[in-house]
Amino acid sequence: MAAPKKRGMQTIVFDNPPCLTSWASIVGPKEGEGPWGNSFDVRLNDNLLGEKTWEKAESKLLQDTVSLALSKRGFEIDDVEVFLAGDLLNQLASANFAARTLNIPFLGLYGACSTMAESLIVGAMILDGGFCERVIAATSSHHYSAERQYRFPVEQGVQRSLTAQWTVTGSGAVVLEKGVLGPKIKSATIGKIVDRGQDDANNMGAAMAPVASDTIKMHHLDLNLQPDYYDLVITGDLGSVGAALVRQLFNRDGLVPKPNYSDCGILIFDEKQDVHAGGSGCGCSAVMLCGPLLAKMQRGELNKLLFVATGALMSPTTTFQGETIPCIAHAVAIENQ
Amino acid sequence: MNMPQNEGLKNAEKAEYDSMVSQISPKPTYLKNFLWAFVIGGLICMTGQIILNSLIKSGMDLKAAGSMTSVILIFLAALFTGLGLYDELAKKAGAGTIVPITGFANAIVASAMEFKREGYIFGVGARIFTVAGPTLVFGFVISVIIGLIKFLI
Repeated sequence: MAAPKKRGMQTIVFDNPPCLTSWASIVGPKEGEGPWGNSFDVRLNDNLLGEKTWEKAESKLLQDTVSLALSKRGFEIDDVEVFLAGDLLNQLASANFAARTLNIPFLGLYGACSTMAESLIVGAMILDGGFCERVIAATSSHHYSAERQYRFPVEQGVQRSLTAQWTVTGSGAVVLEKGVLGPKIKSATIGKIVDRGQDDANNMGAAMAPVASDTIKMHHLDLNLQPDYYDLVITGDLGSVGAALVRQLFNRDGLVPKPNYSDCGILIFDEKQDVHAGGSGCGCSAVMLCGPLLAKMQRGELNKLLFVATGALMSPTTTFQGETIPCIAHAVAIENQ
Repeated sequence: MNMPQNEGLKNAEKAEYDSMVSQISPKPTYLKNFLWAFVIGGLICMTGQIILNSLIKSGMDLKAAGSMTSVILIFLAALFTGLGLYDELAKKAGAGTIVPITGFANAIVASAMEFKREGYIFGVGARIFTVAGPTLVFGFVISVIIGLIKFLI
């Protein structure tokens, strides 16, 4: 029997589109100074959040964001049935330790910087499948915990490449519920891994651009939508280099008329903030979604949003071994009804 | 030789994409970087020279003064790393702060500071040379080779 909710090659549609009923975003000091600083729920003054290590700080960041999203909806922690989260650290350290404290049934997800979309898709499937009524999807990244794992010690004097991106310190969480009012997840496209042979860990926008374009193309193709159907197609963290490449790839892939397109990695920081090609990390797309974007949807300034979180699935080990960077992008269609 | 067709296509696609990437990616600002490296690196070396000269003036012999100068420069780099200033300077100066002995001190102190959180044995002890390690290893290798050459000549 054919899968009744599947469309085309990679896309799923929901019979009872799950509703985004509450969301929260917490960002670090640098992100708070960015152009969208006022749109986030909490702007931290301290990158360590009073903790002793970056890892503890990131875990607390995620935990606080989840608690905030729940409390905004008037929920207690145990009102949600499943907690879906992931982050950039080895063994999903931040998410696991946050889940230890939160004590909600937990599924850890790794999609690098695509985790926000991945957790939303899995959450929406759980709801539409009738397995739960309320789930929370979240993710986090922390500039300094990522730096020490992927690059150099914090105080190491290095000159960053002009194509490098700045890992965002921030966390976003979304409460998904069945059949309530609010923006809904209508459909989603699960991305394939695309690897066009890029191996420069300092130019991840270039590595991820082909997959972003591929997932966006497949989404429109599978659902038979015009490329300008959405009010906004937003990618997660391609940065200025990746976004410029995606615009060229839209042409090549036949996405005409061009989608109204932007990228969270470009939006989150100001050019003056010396981040080079823009923001990156799970937190980048998560805080932009849970901060300005969903607020705009709530106010009706945006009605149809295609949220395409992009992830570079590289590890420092495989990079040193000469491997190229496999990349992924998942698309989540969020619409007001 | 007998490359399957899809492999050839893949390579052509990669080449095409590579050229798109290099067109769009901003070019490194070599001239600016060179100038900054020259000026800051030069200032660090000048500081070293001033220290050396004043040590010699105060009566130290050249060899002892040279060692003492290195010690002082390493101390200063470690101090500025600890104060969180060295990496700010290095952002501009690049090679100008990496090549002098101060860059080596920075690499070791930065690693020590970063990994102290995993304790003194598995953190500081095990990972203090994470960044500086290659310099040491290949420094040793080169010195052995030079020693051999000197021995043979």
